Amino acid sequence: MDDKVNYLLRLGDNALILSQQLAQWCGKGPALEEDMALTNVALDLLGQTRMWYDYAAELEGAGRDQDQLAYLRDAHDFKNCLLLEQPNGNYADTLVRQFYFDAWHYFLIDGLTRGSDARIAAIAEKALKEVTYHLRRSGDLMVRLGDGTDISRAKTQAAVDALWMYSGEAFAYDAVDEAMVAAGVAPPAAGLRAQWLAHVAEILAEATLTMPPADAWMQRGGKQGRHSEHLGYILAEMQFLQRAYPGVSW
Amino acid sequence: MSKEWPLWEVFIRSQHGLAHKHVGSLHAPDAQMAVNNARDVYTRRNEGVSIWVVRAADIVASSPADKQALFEPANSKVYRHPTFFPMPEEVKNL
Repeated sequence: MDDKVNYLLRLGDNALILSQQLAQWCGKGPALEEDMALTNVALDLLGQTRMWYDYAAELEGAGRDQDQLAYLRDAHDFKNCLLLEQPNGNYADTLVRQFYFDAWHYFLIDGLTRGSDARIAAIAEKALKEVTYHLRRSGDLMVRLGDGTDISRAKTQAAVDALWMYSGEAFAYDAVDEAMVAAGVAPPAAGLRAQWLAHVAEILAEATLTMPPADAWMQRGGKQGRHSEHLGYILAEMQFLQRAYPGVSW
Repeated sequence: MSKEWPLWEVFIRSQHGLAHKHVGSLHAPDAQMAVNNARDVYTRRNEGVSIWVVRAADIVASSPADKQALFEPANSKVYRHPTFFPMPEEVKNL
């Protein structure tokens, strides 16, 4: 059961950290419409976080709820992939991070809908509608920025290259992931990675961008609680109020 | 090409709505993005809606100055309104 709690927390942490990052764009998007779209995505992810956390808390049975999971765990207890804690940077950085994530999130969630755990499958079913939209949106924008002006292409290519080393962690399965595969809950890594690579290759080609080598060295550690220096700052800001006034309800 | 994104008018048919209603406008570089943006700005992910977008420049509106010529002649001709036909009880919503 610990493996499943762990796995659910990974799903929730990915969504929460990315949601927190996207929320920072609020009011700063390149256009009003884009601003709203990005914060919509942030809200979708936050909603998913809550569902994953609720289930994790229930299985854990330690009396923690979604708020405690979000606000009272420190960086080494967070299990999000390193990709998601990378800084927002410019719009291309944010967009490429989103696109890499959306592509594996979509195939993962799609796989989870057919898993053996009915509750996980139900949450995934609900999330899939949102995630389908996220992927279509970020893929569309990748093509627009990549195949846009010389400057937009250069910025997007730079982001594609810089974030590439964080794109493989999701497919580096450890004992927790493998236990979920063995239980029929989660889809195996190899198939997911093949789907991800094929989709990313297709969109990057359409965006006239160069895809970095698939066998490049990949950063990992986030799932095990070994994070980059960015996560601490994200949590410090996100958790401040709850740390300062613990146990208050609002 | 102008640096400003053109203005689009957005029409949405809600889940149980019978017709598309004008809900507002937005700026977008092309039609596809106008639809995407309309979804984010005006539908809030309501399932089962249909969105139309049309460039504001493609809409021809009647002029307020033509109001009399266009609309007032109808007022004095009651025979143009189907008000003299008694409707059977069973016919609803007419």
